[in-house]
Amino acid sequence: MRYLPKSDSERQEMLAACGIATAEELYAHLPAEAKLNRELNLAPGISEYEIIDFFQARADDTAQGYASFLGAGVYRHYRPVLCDTIVSRGEFLTSYTPYQAEIAQGTLTAIFEFQTMICQLTGMDVANASMYDGSTAVPEAAMMAVRVTGRAKVLVSRVVHPEYREVLTTYARHQGMPVEEFGYHAETGQLDLEDLEAKLDRETAAVIIQSPNFFGIIENVRAAADLAHKHGALLIFVFAEAASLGILAPPTDADIVAGELQSFAISPSFGGPYAGIIAAKEKFLRQLPGRLVSQSVDTNGNRAFCLTLSTREQHIRREKATSNICTNQALIALMATVYMTVYGKEGLRELAAQNLSKAHYLSSKIKPRFTGPFFNEFVADAPGPPEDVNQKLLGKKIIGGLALNRFYPELGNATLLCATEMSRRANMDIVAEAYVQ
Amino acid sequence: MIRKVRPHIVQNEALLFEESSPGKSGYQLPTLDVPSVDPHLALGSGNVRDEIEGFPEVSEVEAIRHFTRLSTWNYAIDLGLYPLGSCTMKYNPRVNELVARLEGLAWAHPYQPESLSQGAMQVIADLESALLEITGMDAITLQPAAGAHGELTGILLVRAYLESQGNPRKRILVPDSAHGTNPATASMAGYSVQNIKSNEKGMMDVEQLAGLLERDDAHDIAALMVTNPSTLGIFEEDIAKVAGILHAKGAMLYMDGANMNALVGLTRPGDFGVDVMHLNLHKTFSTPHGGGGPGSGPVAIKKHLEPFLPVPVLKKVSGAWHFDYDRPQSIGRVRAFYGNFGVLVRALAYILAHGGPGLRNATVDALMNANYIRRKLEPHYDLPYSSPSMHEVVFSDDRQSAHGVKTGDLAKRLIDYGFHPYTVSFPTIVHGAIMIEPTETESKRELDLFIDAMISIAKEIDTDPKSVLQAPYSTRTTRVDEVMAARRPIVRWKPDRSSSQAAD
Repeated sequence: MRYLPKSDSERQEMLAACGIATAEELYAHLPAEAKLNRELNLAPGISEYEIIDFFQARADDTAQGYASFLGAGVYRHYRPVLCDTIVSRGEFLTSYTPYQAEIAQGTLTAIFEFQTMICQLTGMDVANASMYDGSTAVPEAAMMAVRVTGRAKVLVSRVVHPEYREVLTTYARHQGMPVEEFGYHAETGQLDLEDLEAKLDRETAAVIIQSPNFFGIIENVRAAADLAHKHGALLIFVFAEAASLGILAPPTDADIVAGELQSFAISPSFGGPYAGIIAAKEKFLRQLPGRLVSQSVDTNGNRAFCLTLSTREQHIRREKATSNICTNQALIALMATVYMTVYGKEGLRELAAQNLSKAHYLSSKIKPRFTGPFFNEFVADAPGPPEDVNQKLLGKKIIGGLALNRFYPELGNATLLCATEMSRRANMDIVAEAYVQ
Repeated sequence: MIRKVRPHIVQNEALLFEESSPGKSGYQLPTLDVPSVDPHLALGSGNVRDEIEGFPEVSEVEAIRHFTRLSTWNYAIDLGLYPLGSCTMKYNPRVNELVARLEGLAWAHPYQPESLSQGAMQVIADLESALLEITGMDAITLQPAAGAHGELTGILLVRAYLESQGNPRKRILVPDSAHGTNPATASMAGYSVQNIKSNEKGMMDVEQLAGLLERDDAHDIAALMVTNPSTLGIFEEDIAKVAGILHAKGAMLYMDGANMNALVGLTRPGDFGVDVMHLNLHKTFSTPHGGGGPGSGPVAIKKHLEPFLPVPVLKKVSGAWHFDYDRPQSIGRVRAFYGNFGVLVRALAYILAHGGPGLRNATVDALMNANYIRRKLEPHYDLPYSSPSMHEVVFSDDRQSAHGVKTGDLAKRLIDYGFHPYTVSFPTIVHGAIMIEPTETESKRELDLFIDAMISIAKEIDTDPKSVLQAPYSTRTTRVDEVMAARRPIVRWKPDRSSSQAAD
């Protein structure tokens, strides 16, 4: 087998060195009742060529070649070739978590740069080395707020990504962390400040909002922060579309930021792997979950980096750890780091401006349902059942917007349409025509 | 003598922020084919930022050099043996990278119509059935993003099942050799943790366990979380008996599959009484560790836990794959969408490459490599437990620490010999643990080089122990002051700190 670098004679030599004659003796001590006395019922191994063939057949049985107007937490942005070049280097791809700092400075330095860029992007003081994804970063941020405030309850906006809210509910259930939702404004599509204020109380540890929210609309972050702070709660700011931060004001009024970086060079990949982030104000540093890289010096006094504050983590604190989280998403975070570097200060802004222009071109032809300002996606009512308009578009090799009734039954025929820098005007015109009919 | 490496020139490199200069960029966007919108008008001036303060400004050439230079400061499996115990650092086949990037899979949106996702769903289904055959379990979810996330999912399943039986119970038992994630997970799922001691063979003390389950408060015990083989690399020979003891009291057996690389094709957790387990696709099934993620931590279960699986569950309805959300007893959602799909593609490619008999052969090679190292190093290092080794072997620094050299120092010296260190000081039940897992990936030549290096270091310690304490000598960065970092963490770059250090 091509992945096993030994000849049979070498195997014999090694077995002899172990003082045994056959390979079976290596596992002869397994209890008889546990032994599998047959081959695994899986096909024999296949060649590299056949593997490619196998997956190409499956790739062909998907939406390959379709234009798409889906967003809703997963965005189609162009990925500069360099991102893939860098993450494909074996020195990054095939290394382990950088516990041995002397021979992992490459990964450690890149993570330090990542943490810095996340701080610059979000306006926070500190950021960790990344989380699994946006959906799991949200409950981790909520748990952090509970630790910080000593309060139990969290309030989450109904226009936070529905799947993020579901994950929050799962995590919260057995930790004595009640989760309550507050509504959105039927006209603007923004969170309902009155409902929020009515539900805030002395037990509220955090208010969780997303901007742009699930409807694509920019929230009034300051007003939500003021309300939360007035009641002694923290504001957790969530983002699902990282590209928006190229142009939107950073959420400096928030105490904790939790987000999803999929937009930064990470292909949609049917839902993952992505990379989440958690960033916060300096004073919450020691309550951050997950891996954290710090600058330090080596014995020669040179700048060097290492993992730090591991006393928060499970391998030291065990059941008293801030989280059970062990890995981050280092390679994905590296990809995002390269992406942020390639676009840089000017590029990220120009990219965001292009997204804004594309989406507003589309909205000039299809009337948005809500009046709040939006970035690169917006809600629009389909002329009939969304399935009908989408079916029509599929015939033109276009995947239309997401039907929202699965998450918001009250919205009837509403759909969520997203346009990025990759959306072509000609395709937008086709979509617009389908909505007008 | 150091045979594997000799020093070579390594490039210095400043941080991106120090290399930046205004006006440089590495991108070019296509010409906008729609009218340009004024952000201040569209968003309201209060919502628009001036700039991303401090963000990098470098050209494409500088960007590629920057990250390539950083990469040369890393050790990697592509450079050689990476003997981290319990981490299973094996070769990452490159064809897996290629197939994960095929357009139809890599650009599949999770909300695109199911009718246009059948190929991607087929990949999930294929991997599910292969993993069920390998583990001997009845059902599986591929959603958890990592091992620890799988643990949480698994324990939530246990809890949901017990709740459905009328009582979620209060305690989870965890052996003292367990990974730290096990107790941390139990705690996140609302359970308290009780430790179980290991016996002189390095196995779980079955008598102690039986005693605990005989006590009046035994109905409080929800499950035992066990790693098998244990973190000592030893197969729990009484595992079926342990399962029986637990089941008799309505408690469940959870298996941490971190060490599944020792078992594939030889024995199946489903056949020795395990109720729920997680796998680490980034360990056993060769998906790249990537410097610490992404991983994937599928959870395989027995039939009685199936109603509680996280949503959605993949099922076939009149010939087509479909995601089922209508599962009233489900623990809910553990992650957005369907898991780390890109990692699943790679794991399936690995399984297809090996095939059934091939997977077993890989396991046997992994066992052989560990036992070969054990046999060759036993004359030089203390072996605290003499039970047979599976895929890894744990020595202690007992003999070397008598000369003042501890496992951590020895590990650093190994770097000078051209190897990544083994796992240091874990499991904690072995004082000064030296935990070595070679995996099946290593050639005899690479193993012999490693063995020579370990023997040579043992001799250095006998003759000149002090010389080892300062190691490594050959790395670009010498030992890093971790105490200073923990005391005064600097977790981001700031311009005011850079001036004195920009010469790096």
